[in-house]
Amino acid sequence: MNVAKRTFDAVIVGAGGAGLRAALQLSEAGLKTAVLTKVFPTRSHTVAAQGGVAASLGNSTEDNWHWHMYDTVKGSDWLGDQDAIEFMCKKANEVVIELEHYGMPFDRTDNGKIYQRPFGGHSMNYGQAPVMRSCAAADRTGHAMLHALYQRNVRANTQFFVEWMALDLIRDADGDVLGVTAMEMETGEVSIFHAKATIFATGGAGRIYYSSTNAFINTGDGVGMAARAGIPLEDMEFWQFHPTGVAGAGVLITEGVRGEGGILRNSSGERFMERYAPNLKDLASRDVVSRAMTTEINEGRGCGPDKDHVLLDITHLSPDTIMKRLPGIREIAIQFAGVDPIKAPIPVVPTCHYQMGGIPTNYKGQVVVPKDGNPNSPVAGFYAAGECACASVHGANRLGTNSLLDLLVFGKSAGETVVEDFKSGQLKLKPLPADAADVSLARLARLDGQTKGESVFDVGLEMRRTMQKHAGVFRFDNLLKEGVQKIGEVAERAKRTEINDKSKVWNVARMEALELDNLIEVARATMVSAEARKESRGAHVRDDAPDTAENPNGRDDANWLKHTLWYSEGNRLDYKPVNLKPLSDDVEPIALAKRTY
Amino acid sequence: MTKRTVHFKIYRYDPDKDEKPYMQDISVELEPSDKKLLDALVRLRAKDDSMSFRRSCREGVCGSDAMNINGKNGLACLTDVDSLQQPITLRPLPGLPVIRDLIVDMTQFFKQYHSIKPYLVNNDPAPERERLQTPEDREELNGLYECILCACCSTSCPSFWWNPDKFVGPAGLLAAYRFLADTRDQDTNARLDNLEDPYRLFRCHTIMNCVDVCPKGLNPTRAIGKIKDMMVRRAI
Repeated sequence: MNVAKRTFDAVIVGAGGAGLRAALQLSEAGLKTAVLTKVFPTRSHTVAAQGGVAASLGNSTEDNWHWHMYDTVKGSDWLGDQDAIEFMCKKANEVVIELEHYGMPFDRTDNGKIYQRPFGGHSMNYGQAPVMRSCAAADRTGHAMLHALYQRNVRANTQFFVEWMALDLIRDADGDVLGVTAMEMETGEVSIFHAKATIFATGGAGRIYYSSTNAFINTGDGVGMAARAGIPLEDMEFWQFHPTGVAGAGVLITEGVRGEGGILRNSSGERFMERYAPNLKDLASRDVVSRAMTTEINEGRGCGPDKDHVLLDITHLSPDTIMKRLPGIREIAIQFAGVDPIKAPIPVVPTCHYQMGGIPTNYKGQVVVPKDGNPNSPVAGFYAAGECACASVHGANRLGTNSLLDLLVFGKSAGETVVEDFKSGQLKLKPLPADAADVSLARLARLDGQTKGESVFDVGLEMRRTMQKHAGVFRFDNLLKEGVQKIGEVAERAKRTEINDKSKVWNVARMEALELDNLIEVARATMVSAEARKESRGAHVRDDAPDTAENPNGRDDANWLKHTLWYSEGNRLDYKPVNLKPLSDDVEPIALAKRTY
Repeated sequence: MTKRTVHFKIYRYDPDKDEKPYMQDISVELEPSDKKLLDALVRLRAKDDSMSFRRSCREGVCGSDAMNINGKNGLACLTDVDSLQQPITLRPLPGLPVIRDLIVDMTQFFKQYHSIKPYLVNNDPAPERERLQTPEDREELNGLYECILCACCSTSCPSFWWNPDKFVGPAGLLAAYRFLADTRDQDTNARLDNLEDPYRLFRCHTIMNCVDVCPKGLNPTRAIGKIKDMMVRRAI
């Protein structure tokens, strides 16, 4: 196959919030940049974020970045790196104000400032009471943000390659990153994008689970590409189950509903969160609420004929508030749950939502791997930001509204680092290896030539069911061990996927088969990392690591206060220390403590 | 809902192998959990992996799966499959070149969107904090900023069918008014100049197909009317 070569200063893969924010930095600095995206930018999954973006603007209640940092470290169950967390919380006001200047239609307070609402796990004065920190545009914050960022990129003349799917990362013999191979959907043609810098902003892989709030496109493409190219994946055992997915449909209902006063109730109508989190109640951290809900359901207090969900009640809010602050949620409830939340509560269940782990990066957006005794050695030419990256600010559990903040802060930071490295002459266009496209071409040839193979649909379904059963909200040693074996079998089957459609033009079957290759890497990483971590921390809670005096909440800091690194080759695990030291002297390290809400 | 079989008539065309487009009769058994047209299409793809359409969020916010459903434009993910008369006839969005099956080339649609300069213009030095806007002024943007660029409206508009290169179309004009209505934007005159032309704005004949099909319940015709009002007010 003829492979065209295109050369750029930088190539960005993904045009969601992180990719667009990085692109702005590069376009405005005049770098010749290509942004590859498998969907039109405004169709990226950032569009589905609802409740808000965190920043301690203090527009409605007193607030400061120290409190935000404390909440984030505590929310991460101390697995987050405190340098990156300090960086993010300090930068929050700046990046949110920038967005407002770009034209983002935030809701407003009576005095004309950005409207802020309470959100889970966000508090004032180190856990004392809920704080209004979530900057919102009704319940469509992600939509408003993504469109504003796209619009600003239109102004900046950013060059997009729309409906191009990146296939593989190109590394040379030194391990340096030289760009990617990518396929144009409309023609099926493969090109090499040769660049001095490559930024991955490809989002998460929530589609490894059967029940997920994630879009079809959330297939972990960047994470899979990185893993296949020998980059380890960090903390992949940590997946966020959002408390309120619509039962049966999986569609997200924002935590902002509880921020506006919504209450979770069990079959007897009890506000059960009072028992699990006496202080923050329904606004406790997501992992805590999801576990409480699962416990209620497991102990027979679920609602409905099958007692398989709980109810999210906002019938006590005024219809005005619902229409003004939660109009999108009302539409979703009517569309996907068949109830008007003004009149009746919404049936909800914990649903896979967010990948805390990912490609290891530092706060500058550089991808870092262990090398020559340094656990965080930058990979030349390779950067990542947003959900595909692990900075790590979310650690073992992300707070709501910190994901939109993450993609703004680290999208910008990765962009700034690339611009600096470019201007200092540190970034070089290294010669392409002769076999730069061979891996991708071999994958495509295998797929085209496969006979008597497996259906992509069937293998994908088996993967999703296996993940759901073996690596869910609560985790059990025997299920995890079985899960490792099962996901290994699924991965073998995925090597023999066969498609009937061999057309060159907009071949969805081929795209889905290639996406499955990426999902499988993520699924393997998740199961193997989860099986190995013999403690409970954040979203990873094991039945055999209960709450004891030595190990509060089952967390075993003596043995497990460390980041997991999983290598695809050989299913190998390694670990690296958590950075408990903040970036500057402006703040003391947040000391380890038991998490209660 | 129980298991049931649903019958389709679907526009098929793969330029790689088909000389011309054809309508395919095809049926599929749905699972009880399949509620939306998109669920049915995903079920169909499991049976015939060459069936091509765009999709992503499956909750009506990304705008990918717009198509012509029993003669009316809509999003597959927001359409109850059981509400549709069978055979369910699916065609690509009208008026745009077809790439394959239900996938259209949206270049012209986005070209028009880009032509209205869809970004805030404010040349004052950026203040340290947010630019203030009253809740009432912010409310003016409701019904405008929620557009998902699915193109259901523009591709249901006869004026856009006849002049897709000259008429901005309802989606682009809704976006134009979104910036005209924003108290933070300073480019009002240039924006109106950009639309003062026999085609760009004035080809709207208030047929209102756009309002009828918008899956987000938005009203481009009203926005277009307001732009026309602004033109008139500026002239006198």
